[in-house]
Amino acid sequence: MSDTPLNRAASATPPSVARKIRGLSDRAIAWIFVGPTIFLLLAINIFPLIWTINLSFTNFRANRPNREVEYVGLRNYERILNDSDIWLNMQATAHFLFWTIFFQVLIGFTLAYLINKKFKGNDLWTTIIVLPMMLSPAVVGNFWKFLYQPQIGLFNYIVAFFTGKEPSSFEMLGSVDLAPWSIVIVDTWMWTPFVMLICLAGLRSIPDYIYEAAEVDRASKLRQFFTITIPMILPFLMLAVLFRGIENFKMFDLVVQLTGRGPGSTTELTSINLKREAFEKWRTGYASAYAIILFVTVFGLASIYVKALNKVKER
Amino acid sequence: MSSFSVTEPSKRSKWFAGTLVITYALITMIPLAWIMLTGFKSPADAISYPPKVLFEPTLEGYVNLFTTRTRQTDEFLTANPPETWYEEIVRQYDMVIAGPSKFGERFLNSVIIGFGSTFLSIFLGTLAAYAFSRFKIPLADDLLFFILSTRMMPPIAVAIPIFLMYRQLGLSDTHLGMILLYTAVNISLAVWLLKGFIDEIPREYEEAALIDGYTRFQAFYKVVLPQAATGIASTAIFCLIFAWNEYAFAVLLTSGTAQTAPPFIPTIIGVGGLDWPAVAAGATIFLLPVMIFTVALRKHLLRGITFGAVRK
Repeated sequence: MSDTPLNRAASATPPSVARKIRGLSDRAIAWIFVGPTIFLLLAINIFPLIWTINLSFTNFRANRPNREVEYVGLRNYERILNDSDIWLNMQATAHFLFWTIFFQVLIGFTLAYLINKKFKGNDLWTTIIVLPMMLSPAVVGNFWKFLYQPQIGLFNYIVAFFTGKEPSSFEMLGSVDLAPWSIVIVDTWMWTPFVMLICLAGLRSIPDYIYEAAEVDRASKLRQFFTITIPMILPFLMLAVLFRGIENFKMFDLVVQLTGRGPGSTTELTSINLKREAFEKWRTGYASAYAIILFVTVFGLASIYVKALNKVKER
Repeated sequence: MSSFSVTEPSKRSKWFAGTLVITYALITMIPLAWIMLTGFKSPADAISYPPKVLFEPTLEGYVNLFTTRTRQTDEFLTANPPETWYEEIVRQYDMVIAGPSKFGERFLNSVIIGFGSTFLSIFLGTLAAYAFSRFKIPLADDLLFFILSTRMMPPIAVAIPIFLMYRQLGLSDTHLGMILLYTAVNISLAVWLLKGFIDEIPREYEEAALIDGYTRFQAFYKVVLPQAATGIASTAIFCLIFAWNEYAFAVLLTSGTAQTAPPFIPTIIGVGGLDWPAVAAGATIFLLPVMIFTVALRKHLLRGITFGAVRK
């Protein structure tokens, strides 16, 4: 018996089914393959989005489904944009975004630069550094709460050990000044590896011959760094910033477990505020308008940013 | 290549770089090591000052994690001597084990929902990625961008209508509901990653198979799938890790039957406040599989992270 693929295929498929499948055009197969994915995304992403837009013009409350729903026009949007508390939340989010990205890019790039020196065992150490970003942010946030305890926590103990302060003299989570930094520290600890990996991919994509040519031209190492490494890595860095920016704008789980939103509302990021409006105060219509504003903000900022990124890439 | 290369870093700079990176790695591991240590401490050791690095290990945290306990009278305790080692641990506090805690259930939910949604994401994602890679699809770029942009929405924003929709459909707090939801979130990344992996497989392989008389379907699952196996596996790990770690949807849309471990672990309460050793034990059991996965599969995973990001 000859074992050609044709024979194997023929024996593996019942004739009737084979005829049917063979009858399908590539076009039909393409739609059968893509269809379920599109359907799922329409059902669980797009349809809810449209529903949210619709709800945002109403005074609907999800905890009173039987109450009559009134359309209130743009009133929800007006109230949100005039609410000074929401601007405070935006400020807290901006602080969080700016400093997490700043530290993550700084440390992440430095680490990638050092790892790219290809010392012995660098891939194992890279993996160890990457571990935090693989873990559950909620569980990690909860545990950092333990590390931040003023009297018994390890973080305070270590800081006190190096600075000579009393460990119970400062409260990372309890003080208005320190709490915004406590979430920056944990997020930086967790997500620096992500920036590092993208930078590493960027550094590895720079071909050696460019540096060799620079050596021939007797360019100093410092000059090579600023005229070759930095420009070549810039698109990668910008990409890392984009991803961290989008992710941290959505930030919820880590911070909600770590600080709740306190003290006061100093660490109440927009997502946490949104959750309170939607699922604690049950102002569904209002929260929907809020959600749309946030979504448009991210989408708008990201689009502008991607345009800038493409310009940098073209250079 | 000659043994001398201008781009090869000097011995000294390698040594310097290595020292710095290893120092950072060790510092970054301290919190994780502390979680694991705390899981083996007694409640008193866990909150002692200064923090104890050396202590007498006990499984109290783990016993408390898996059981619920009640206080009992002295007569009862003397009449019923402890029979097992875990019963003995609980007796120090004049308590008896009343039954299993919810942790086992929550952990199982994490496993069911994690693997269920991963399987579905990979199944649908591979089909879609293959179609995007090999066929001319009208508006393919727009569709791909649309698939990707669904990830920009804050989970809470999506959660409002999903909450209402699931309430109508009877999907709230069900495994199926959570599996579908996580699949919808994961599938965008899955399609993007998998399309990259499938793009790398030369078309000639399939074309040869088609000439040999394979149908498209056969060419797909007998030629392309085996070639894409590593890519599929690493994408699957990403989907699994996301579903495993997810908190926002889980806390908003589940309360009892389908609740996963992340919303549950922070709520473990002991006598007089949070039972930190039990919380640490839960965190350890929950985080350890991911850490082992990461170290064991590092080659594929690290490639996947940067690859997924850099292609976009």
